[in-house]
Amino acid sequence: MAVGQSHIRKDVRAKVTGKTRYTDDFSMPGMLQAKYVRSPVAHALVKSIDTSAALAISGVEAVFTHADVPKNVYPTAGHPFSLDPDHQDVADRLLLTDHVRFHGDEVAIVVARDLLTAAKAAQLVKVEYEELPVCVNSAAAMAEGAPAIHDGGNIIKSTSFETGGTFSDAEKKAVTVVEGSFSTPIILHCHLENHTAYAYMDDNDHLVIVSSTQIPHICRRIVGQALDMPWPKIRVIKPYIGGGFGNKQDVVLEPMVAFLTTKLGGLPVKLELEREEGLVATRTRHSQTVTVRAGVSRDGTLKFLDLNVISNTGAYASHGHSIPMAAGSKSCNLYPKAVTRFSATTHYANIPAAGAMRAYGSPQLFFGLESVIEEVAREIGMDSVDFRIKNSARAGDILAKTGDLKHSVAMIECLEKGRELISWDSRKKQYADQQGPLLRGLGVASFSYGSGTYPACVEIAGCRLVLNQDGTIHMQIGATEIGQGSDTALAQMAAETLGVEYQAIHVVSEQDTDVTPFDPGAYASRQTYVTAPAVQQAAEKLKKRILGHCQLMTGEDPGNLDLQLGKIIQRGSPEKVVVDLTELALDSYYHKERGGQITAEVSAKTCTNAPSYGCTFVDLEVDVEMCTVSIHEIINVHDAGKIIHPLSAEGQVHGGMAMGIGMALFEELLVDPESGWIFNGNLLDYKIPTSVDIPELKSAFVDTFDPTSPYGNKSLGEPPAISQGPAIRNAIWDATGVKINEIPMTPKVLFKHFKDAGLI
Amino acid sequence: MISRMDISLSINSRPYELDVDVRKSLMDVLRELGYTSVKHGCGVGECGACTVLVDDVAVDSCLYLAVWAKGRNVRTVEGECRDGKLSAVQEAYVEEGAVQCGFCTPGLIMSSTSFIEKNSGTRPSREEIAKGHAGNLCRCTGYQTIINAVENAIKK
Ligand code: FES
Ligand code: FES
Repeated sequence: MAVGQSHIRKDVRAKVTGKTRYTDDFSMPGMLQAKYVRSPVAHALVKSIDTSAALAISGVEAVFTHADVPKNVYPTAGHPFSLDPDHQDVADRLLLTDHVRFHGDEVAIVVARDLLTAAKAAQLVKVEYEELPVCVNSAAAMAEGAPAIHDGGNIIKSTSFETGGTFSDAEKKAVTVVEGSFSTPIILHCHLENHTAYAYMDDNDHLVIVSSTQIPHICRRIVGQALDMPWPKIRVIKPYIGGGFGNKQDVVLEPMVAFLTTKLGGLPVKLELEREEGLVATRTRHSQTVTVRAGVSRDGTLKFLDLNVISNTGAYASHGHSIPMAAGSKSCNLYPKAVTRFSATTHYANIPAAGAMRAYGSPQLFFGLESVIEEVAREIGMDSVDFRIKNSARAGDILAKTGDLKHSVAMIECLEKGRELISWDSRKKQYADQQGPLLRGLGVASFSYGSGTYPACVEIAGCRLVLNQDGTIHMQIGATEIGQGSDTALAQMAAETLGVEYQAIHVVSEQDTDVTPFDPGAYASRQTYVTAPAVQQAAEKLKKRILGHCQLMTGEDPGNLDLQLGKIIQRGSPEKVVVDLTELALDSYYHKERGGQITAEVSAKTCTNAPSYGCTFVDLEVDVEMCTVSIHEIINVHDAGKIIHPLSAEGQVHGGMAMGIGMALFEELLVDPESGWIFNGNLLDYKIPTSVDIPELKSAFVDTFDPTSPYGNKSLGEPPAISQGPAIRNAIWDATGVKINEIPMTPKVLFKHFKDAGLI
Repeated sequence: MISRMDISLSINSRPYELDVDVRKSLMDVLRELGYTSVKHGCGVGECGACTVLVDDVAVDSCLYLAVWAKGRNVRTVEGECRDGKLSAVQEAYVEEGAVQCGFCTPGLIMSSTSFIEKNSGTRPSREEIAKGHAGNLCRCTGYQTIINAVENAIKK
């Protein structure tokens, strides 16, 4: 069985020997280097630009400003194109701007023969600014009379929905109501490979772009929109990519490199961001204010949830309002028997643009939701795990946003397993009466997520299989490998269905929109779920054709044949080998009269969206005097359906947990509320966890089989990063009696709250 | 002002005679020579993606001028796999699932290699291993499998 085993990852030997090539590892003779001129202020109009000093430097090829770029505004979010104009992303970008909207905005670009010259020349471009008033946070941006960051004002959208029943009725049935307001900061992705891309022309009207992107096919379309070019004249190639976490689910550099090469006679032009530029001038995780009201009836049944999100998307819309709305929809899978009212407002501000980041708005929403669930449980005197078990989704519940009944649901089993693993009941007793400055606490938080974007967006995936001369198989998939291991998981699926060894499948990992089957890319934790049907159908097709060729060779009825471990056998009798696959392959290619190259290709749409579930349990110690938190034990338990590759599954959970712990305890991009100036846009001052900051990470799975996937799997890439914040917050409350309703829970923040509570 | 300098050095035990721009970092020079396992994650010593060994000492090659490597032996991950056989550290990274996007991997493997060579004959604790790798950032793995891989490699 190929599925369910931890086979050697397809890319790992290349990665440990340094053979994998990322975008920057390619270069072309005569490649030019570009460098942005960035604004030193957060909100201003460009009055004039003097490029003469820059142009005078030897080696500078060109300088472009806002006056030189096409005037068509384009969207950047990595969503598939929508046929419904109301559902299309906000188009608010130009390649360069004369209206600066954040500290670091792009007003001009220099192209030179080498990077040092380009950087030097960029410093010599003289820009005169007329500064405008700055609004950084939600209150300032949404205030009456706030300076408009874009035409049409600062509010992008305000929407709401109700689900699970009539809200006003449910509200009346609640006897206990708890409310809380929570804030989350700007978080940065910090993938190790910076954004980088280059472009050249290989014909007078054909463009080639090589880029570190999660979304090659979407990138092709947006570059077409930005430059007003037919999409098929643009070819996007994605080599190996050094992480993205959503930051490369946006089109960031590609329209610019495409523009530059068209302006410079098709010469190759490269744009490689410095780390400091990449941190502030790509995308971030939205800072949000989440308000939650929850009501329960006398018997501890959760009657309603009233959720409101104010989401600060910064200087440009990017994924904009989709972020809170997607999180809102996915959260309804957790407590489906409660009536939920969800509303959200997304607005602009003079801070770096926010976009997609692992779990897409859910870490923020669940920070509020699972904190209030904890409070309501305590308010009615119920153990909070028991309360969650009583109210969580069960198999057969109607999931409001997809209307499906037929999914696997193991939320309760996850809670039971976590409770046991962390010895919840005995430790609760042990920590009941503590004295002194060192206090232990237990916390829990649940989450629900989706396995794609349907029905909000189309879910389309593709797979092509080719039988090689030696009986091995080349596999091309539209799904984008970005480090998460999708090539490996999908190869396992193909091997399983075909009846060949996992080692016999070679995945062509590089994506090239001219040849790769269509698929919008790596996001929404969708890839293994939505690609599974395409892989399964393509493998079935290939197998049928292989057996058909066997009939041509041997006259055997294909109905009596099967393919097992690379041999065609009599169905039901594995020892009766009819013909070896290698022999069959050679025959199909080179026999002078019969057969032909054996291939199969399938493009499949997925019209279901399996919910995935899980929770974090944490046992920590708070040093009240030092205002520090140290985690003693942290466990994530997941229902991700059938686990395709246990080792990689664990790796996804570890990585997500580390990100969630970083978000809960350390990370925050600091922006001056007065000037919009960014204080810590580098890796020294913006702290992501290092190896000494992360405790032992424990993961566990409740194996289920989702009937909507041919291999039973559901999402696992993004969900592991959702529930650490609220679990840690709940544990700090358990330990100290103090509720910290903001992250990151740094010593500085804890000091403020402990002082207000009279603890210090 | 001197702008270029002739230096000789060896890279993965291969001898080189180079005429280098004195402003260039060892990272840039190694990458230009084709040792593209040496990754540029920040260029200023924050991330460790550019870690190589200079006379068996781990350094951030982005902060280390190429001319300082004169007369020394530089090791990169390309040289750790000999005759098609992975080093014990590389093998352990494969077995433990310590690689995801792989961008931090070459630097981390060099840090692990130097850590293990420095501590040979001892059994460092997981805390000591973590400390020994605190200069290499990884955003994908949460470090757990990396520490597992180092423990595994020590046992090999
Ligand atoms: S590139 Fe050298 S430490 Fe980051
Ligand atoms: S594996 Fe991606 S940064 Fe470490």
